[in-house]
Amino acid sequence: MKFENHIPIYIQIIDLIKRDIVLGICKPGDKLQSVRDYALELKVNPNTVQKAYQEMERMSLAYTKRGIGRFIVEEEAIVKKLKHEMSDDIVHAFIEKMNELGYTSEEILSTVKKMLNGGKK
Amino acid sequence: MIALEVKNLNKRYMFVKALNDFSVTFEKGKITGLLGPNGSGKSTLMRILSGLLQKNSGEIIYDQPLKGKHLKQKVAYMPTESHLYPWMKVSQVIDFYEDFFEGFDRQKVLDAIKVLELSPKSTIKTLSTGQRGRLKVALTIARKAELYLIDEPLNGIDPISRDMILDMLAAEVSDEKCIVISSHLVHEFEKIIDDVIFIRKGRLELKGDVEALRTERQMSIHDLYKEVYKND
Repeated sequence: MKFENHIPIYIQIIDLIKRDIVLGICKPGDKLQSVRDYALELKVNPNTVQKAYQEMERMSLAYTKRGIGRFIVEEEAIVKKLKHEMSDDIVHAFIEKMNELGYTSEEILSTVKKMLNGGKK
Repeated sequence: MIALEVKNLNKRYMFVKALNDFSVTFEKGKITGLLGPNGSGKSTLMRILSGLLQKNSGEIIYDQPLKGKHLKQKVAYMPTESHLYPWMKVSQVIDFYEDFFEGFDRQKVLDAIKVLELSPKSTIKTLSTGQRGRLKVALTIARKAELYLIDEPLNGIDPISRDMILDMLAAEVSDEKCIVISSHLVHEFEKIIDDVIFIRKGRLELKGDVEALRTERQMSIHDLYKEVYKND
């Protein structure tokens, strides 16, 4: 796994798991890998995975069953919620960049429409 | 939890001040990266902490008073040079370590060398630099200690061996251990360290939690390193 070194690694780990949830690679209610195993797989410090898991609990994405392990929350709704959140992030970043280039809202809309139609007007 | 505190440490070699009023704390349960260019005082600090070198002044406070034999039992130091006898076989080195260090975990090193693709029958002098580097780290972490001082484990080591060494070190994190690794190869290291200490001309330049530093400065530790030392 390649991580960007200028962004906190625990945040990138959370994003990785979120993406897996959205793509259905892991499902609500699934058990998360143990801290040590996941750290070994990602080649990071176990403390970093621990921090990512703790943060996911704080975000109500995961919870701990004492003595058994950590699980993704058992709500089907989170898949949709995460999908929306992630698409919002992408669109926000896109709009911001287009605004920097001097595009107005109408121009952005027409550019996107054009692109979606395969470049035709 | 604090494993050890260093206060106003000074070390002079003839005309050179290697450590200049150096103060810092090291914590258990973490891997601390000790970073700085050549000659900044990393190895001097490690040698003083492991009892191999005398300080000129200053205090070193462990969580309990330690001296002589007891200090050497609690501190596992890995020098950057090749310190293994070239004529020994890997199996003989393991026997040697077992005789030398109380609580040395023979099984751990045997398991490790299997993963590291080393044979107990090989002679040290026939090993490549990368293989020797892997063996040195495996031997050091198999010691039963509280403070692990690993001096430049990646110097001159090939990328595959580097990955093996990094995996091995990252897996060692535990609440009872304080692991300090020195290097100037920041890029390779930054994924496995919790805290970072920048040492510059024998003084503490900066200490911090790596994830907090990334959030705060929006840059990698590698870039931060370049910024700290750019005028040297």
